[in-house]
Amino acid sequence: MFKIIAAVIGRDLKLAMRRQADIVSALFFFVIVVSLFPLGVGPEPDLLRKLAPGVLWVAALLSTMLSLPRLFADDHRDGTLEQLALAPHPLGLVVTGKVIAHWLVSGLPLALIAPILGIQFDLSNDALIVLTFAILLGTPALSGIGAIGAALTLGLRGGGVLLSLLVLPLYIPVLIFGAGAVDATVAGLGGEGHLSLLAALTFASIGFAPWASAAALKIALE
Amino acid sequence: MIHWNSFSDFLAMGGYGFYVWGSFGLTVLIMVIEPIVVAHTRKTTIARLKRQLRAEHRNTAE
Amino acid sequence: MKDRFNLYRMASPATFYPFAGAMIPYFAAVSVVFGLAGLYLGMLVAPTDFQQGEGYRIIFIHVPASWMSMFIYLVMAFWAAIGLAFNTRLSGMMAQALAPTGALMAVLSLWTGALWGKPMWGAWWVWDARLTSELILLFLYIGYMALTAAIDDARRADKAGGLLLLVGVVNVPIIYFSVKWWNTLHQGSSINLAKSSMATTMLWGMLLMAMCFWMYSIAIALMRVRTIMLERERHTDWVKALLTEGGK
Repeated sequence: MFKIIAAVIGRDLKLAMRRQADIVSALFFFVIVVSLFPLGVGPEPDLLRKLAPGVLWVAALLSTMLSLPRLFADDHRDGTLEQLALAPHPLGLVVTGKVIAHWLVSGLPLALIAPILGIQFDLSNDALIVLTFAILLGTPALSGIGAIGAALTLGLRGGGVLLSLLVLPLYIPVLIFGAGAVDATVAGLGGEGHLSLLAALTFASIGFAPWASAAALKIALE
Repeated sequence: MIHWNSFSDFLAMGGYGFYVWGSFGLTVLIMVIEPIVVAHTRKTTIARLKRQLRAEHRNTAE
Repeated sequence: MKDRFNLYRMASPATFYPFAGAMIPYFAAVSVVFGLAGLYLGMLVAPTDFQQGEGYRIIFIHVPASWMSMFIYLVMAFWAAIGLAFNTRLSGMMAQALAPTGALMAVLSLWTGALWGKPMWGAWWVWDARLTSELILLFLYIGYMALTAAIDDARRADKAGGLLLLVGVVNVPIIYFSVKWWNTLHQGSSINLAKSSMATTMLWGMLLMAMCFWMYSIAIALMRVRTIMLERERHTDWVKALLTEGGK
């Protein structure tokens, strides 16, 4: 089972490396969106510090949304997806591999850049650590849930926006617990509760979402 | 049994008239307009399908 | 019309179409009766609320609308499950027929929530857990309608929409829980939409209005599904016969 997942991850990463521009642009989108907020609400440090967790998380959600259509669209266009669906291995495992690969090139970079952006918002060191960890922990869930949306909207016109419409409401719990963890840390209450719930969401997503996604792919490919 | 002393009291709703009647207003609006829209869609759908059927008949009759 | 009421035969659009047509007037009539009874109790008989004055009477709309918005979503998910499991066409049509009504109920719930909130708490919108969850439910409805509208092939639309509903229905408790958590952490005193003990007339008024909304929703959904059936099954003999005889 793991061999299939590993093989898919390897392939997707190789393909992603050929399109580094896509990955980097999504990352810069994250940076730009985060930088827009102080421009919108004013530079006052207290306000920015309070807004930071929410802003960084929302920007992370939006940046993930940007990269989701790529998850299946490229393979769909050249017929690989159909081959994968017809192959003897369970499509759910293939999707799991794709989700993990997606996280490696979209979620993981976000988590690495987030602390730098957090400094722009004058977050304390504790908050920065929790923020990074939370984004690291929560972005796999975003990739997993997003895969369902990407599969449902495969090949549809208005794809990207429609995808956002479907997936953003489902992202709300991740947003709440992810940002809440940082807020709780800042308030001195400790983010463990939030982080555990976040972990639960991620494990549930990685466990179940690929199978829902595979079902959606089969519907789309019929 | 009736709670109100007069019709104007009823309309005023103890000062909350705007909010109460605003709520009932949208409700009535929805429950009137929705059936009308559904009925209208039905009519136009039937008309369109009849037209298509007639066109098919003409084509196959040739 | 004295055929045995057979579930399998009902699944065939050709059988269900006339049955639904016959049922609509009954549901509509029952809805009106419940509505009149509920309004009589709620608007004319029920006493003034001790804390909220006459403004509380909005609950006779707000609560039934909220209940229906959630109930309809569950029913849609139920039909989605049936459709995906048994590959029945009618289930998908039923889910699509219910969606606009459910979404309107959610809108009504939010609108009346705002009209209730303004005099009570001074703001048109408060981010309390239930209203926020209702807003998210509206987003879920809109997502479903957008997805089914974007897919041209009817069967794919049914199935994709159905899967989305199942994913949504699983997520609704998670979303509600997380919003509740979020709400209690970010608010000092919790704003309580819950009423303390309710007078019997108030409770009955609410229940009767809920029944009214329920019957109304069924009637409207049956109307809508008939049109969907005509459209989807337009190539079948029974629809062609219906159209050529100029019947209803």
